[in-house]
Amino acid sequence: MLHYLLKRLLMMVPLLLGITLISFVVIHLAPGEPTDLQTELNPEASVELKERLRAQYDLDKPLLVQYGLWLKRLAVLDFGDSFSQDRRPVVDRIAERLPITILINVLSIALILLVATPIGILSAVRQNSLFDRATTVFVFIGFATPSFWLALLLMDYLGVRLGMFPISGVRSLGYDYLSWGGQLWDRIHHLILPVFVSAFGGLAGFSRYMRSNMLEVIRQDYILTARAKGLSESVVIYKHALRNALLPVITILGLSVPGLIGGSVIFETIFAIPGMGKLFFDSVMMRDYPVIMGVLVMGAVLTLVGNLIADLSYALADPRIRNT
Amino acid sequence: MRWFIYGVVLLLLASGCRQDAARVADAGEDAAPAYGDTIIQGSIGEPSTLIPALAADSASSDINGLVYSGLVRYDKYLQIEGELAESWDISEDGLTLTFHLRRDVRWHDGMPFTSEDVLFTYQLMVDPNTPTAYADRYLQVVEAEAPDPHTFRVRYAEPLASALISWGLAIHPKHLLEGQDVSRSPLARAPVGTGPYRFVEWVSGQRLVLEANPDYFEGRPYIKRVIYRIIPDPSTMFLELQAGNLDQMGLTPIQFARQTDTATFKRRFNKYRYPASSYVYLGYNLRRPMFQDQRVRQALAHAINRQELVDGVLLGLGQVATGPYKPGTWAHNPQVRDYPFDPARALELLAEAGWRDTDGDGLLDKDGRPLSFTILTNQGNDQRVKSGEIIQRRLREIGIDVRLRVIEWASFLKEFVNTGNFDALIMGWTIPPDPDAYAVWHSSKTRPGELNFIGFENAEVDELLEKGRRTLDQAERKRYYDRFQEILAEEQPYTFLFVPDALPVVAARFRGIEPAPAGIGYNFIRWYVPEGEQRYDW
Repeated sequence: MLHYLLKRLLMMVPLLLGITLISFVVIHLAPGEPTDLQTELNPEASVELKERLRAQYDLDKPLLVQYGLWLKRLAVLDFGDSFSQDRRPVVDRIAERLPITILINVLSIALILLVATPIGILSAVRQNSLFDRATTVFVFIGFATPSFWLALLLMDYLGVRLGMFPISGVRSLGYDYLSWGGQLWDRIHHLILPVFVSAFGGLAGFSRYMRSNMLEVIRQDYILTARAKGLSESVVIYKHALRNALLPVITILGLSVPGLIGGSVIFETIFAIPGMGKLFFDSVMMRDYPVIMGVLVMGAVLTLVGNLIADLSYALADPRIRNT
Repeated sequence: MRWFIYGVVLLLLASGCRQDAARVADAGEDAAPAYGDTIIQGSIGEPSTLIPALAADSASSDINGLVYSGLVRYDKYLQIEGELAESWDISEDGLTLTFHLRRDVRWHDGMPFTSEDVLFTYQLMVDPNTPTAYADRYLQVVEAEAPDPHTFRVRYAEPLASALISWGLAIHPKHLLEGQDVSRSPLARAPVGTGPYRFVEWVSGQRLVLEANPDYFEGRPYIKRVIYRIIPDPSTMFLELQAGNLDQMGLTPIQFARQTDTATFKRRFNKYRYPASSYVYLGYNLRRPMFQDQRVRQALAHAINRQELVDGVLLGLGQVATGPYKPGTWAHNPQVRDYPFDPARALELLAEAGWRDTDGDGLLDKDGRPLSFTILTNQGNDQRVKSGEIIQRRLREIGIDVRLRVIEWASFLKEFVNTGNFDALIMGWTIPPDPDAYAVWHSSKTRPGELNFIGFENAEVDELLEKGRRTLDQAERKRYYDRFQEILAEEQPYTFLFVPDALPVVAARFRGIEPAPAGIGYNFIRWYVPEGEQRYDW
């Protein structure tokens, strides 16, 4: 086991290097540079000035030299400074965006699991019943609904007309003047719509997944055996069938680890949430290479680690895998 | 385009107390001015840095305009007036500018403001290590000195018309920046200026708070706080406005004309409308043989119905453009050749140039080749795309085959505009208050990456532009720029399409707003909310 773990960890190093090299080259292939915001279509900026500005960001050096410089800093875990005009460290810019993104993603995954698991199980147990069909229609509508459209409808109806929810942002402007409990409620209040919208689309996929897993499991011989032993239907379903049907969930959770730090540009933009999706999008638009690379490296590391954890926990949970 | 930002910044600043009497008199039922309340404004983007020398985005400029001051600024009529400078002298030969600074100005941290700060700001702008895009006009200064704490003097090698307004530059605090790497200064996120508002806090991605500066040298502003909420999505911003969580934003034509025309909205908000400082144009690549014939360009101008563009694209909220200056400003020349919509005249001109439909396929041709070209424009600007579609239809009607390509901004600039790899394009320019248009129209500015990307070359225009920027007398300059506009209208290197209207909306409780040629922001410190209507007491 330890040997396996070491081998996997060692393999991650060249993989990560490859990922960074490809990412670095690809983002530099796109036309445009970080200095464009200041100099393009600016009648005051002469050609000489543009060159001088480019040199300040090392953009006049060959691409591989730039990559080498970046890698050298990364070796000591320094992501460098952002190319935006305030030149803040990349780590700071990511750190201020990370908590809200993780919070919303964790809440939304939890909500998806809580709602989709029972829907999937019930649909499978009562296959082709009215409930099954109704939920099928419902989750597919959810799957097909564009999240920005749903968000705008909810904001207009619940926010503007009924005034039940704040429309955007993560805190009220008078937040500092609220009591401790008021502050907590203010934050929850602001989270309800975004978490609902971000979970809504995910319900469909996961409940269908749960349903098909469950259908497969309840057709197995050991379920037949369990029923033959005279166990009650609920014990058969919730003890014997469910535990096996839940196994693939581990894989899904493992794969969703990198998703925890990646936000959605669309809904963060609509709800004015300062999250990772917006940071990444803005950085790409500004050609803020150090920030782009910082986010990509974090995503790559988490993807690799997430896969590893999924594989390991799968082995722990399922004896059939552990023994092979 | 962004050199105008400094102008905008200045416009945001107040124009002083002398208008008070007039306004209160005609305010009628309005209550007396009172201190207090908060104005909440929406901002699409987060500011990049609050050090004005480095900022190039409009969000940063808006905020810097309230926090910092320049030596001079534009007043409500877009004429230059003093701000930190009480007065100034221009030497006989026009080469030396001497500013006499106000003595009652302090930085927000209490330190006195002196000419050393101005000298330092100048040195900062021309320092090759400062990553600023605005160095060039300060590099023309041959000598700058601060002979005493309240005098600042600069000398130029040649007279420069925009020299005076270039000192509208925000003055940076020497005592906080000297000897430091300006691009890493903490002032980027916590500025200290001399302007009407002091910086309070900036919560990344959420909001930025400013507070009235009680010691502001033109008097304490009435509105106690200014909060910029960062709301990246325009639809969300409009919903927040309707819900009463925003007090000011800019509307789109459709929001202005169709979505805010209810009685409730009008009771809660005041809408304003005045020409924006920008125009949209169709530019022809003059290196392409088909556009080298002036008659072809004139024909295209006749074939395009520009009023139809204003009505269709802007819902009537704008006006037809005739040249590169804003109608109603001193540099604008309304007496230039006009091109009314006249397809028959267009066909005549094209026939003169040799374009006729000889093979009966409905398209004009010459030497066996049809008249066909592609219009490029950038993605994300709906007004330009719609204009392109309407132009495409009108030109097809007289037998010109036009294709329209919409391209992502960075590729649009790098692959097409900068390299001259286009037939025609739809773009826009900001109209600066100073008419110097050297960078866009002079024949020396046609290198890749420079702004005369259509390749316009006219010896008389070159001479007019050179004289215009070297002359200080406004009447004399007007003669040069009037002639310049006549030539542009005659030659039609661009077909000037329209000047859109700026459409700001402000919550009705704010009084003292007086639209002027400079817009509404110029007297911001004199805006107020009457005592009984104040909404936020914190």
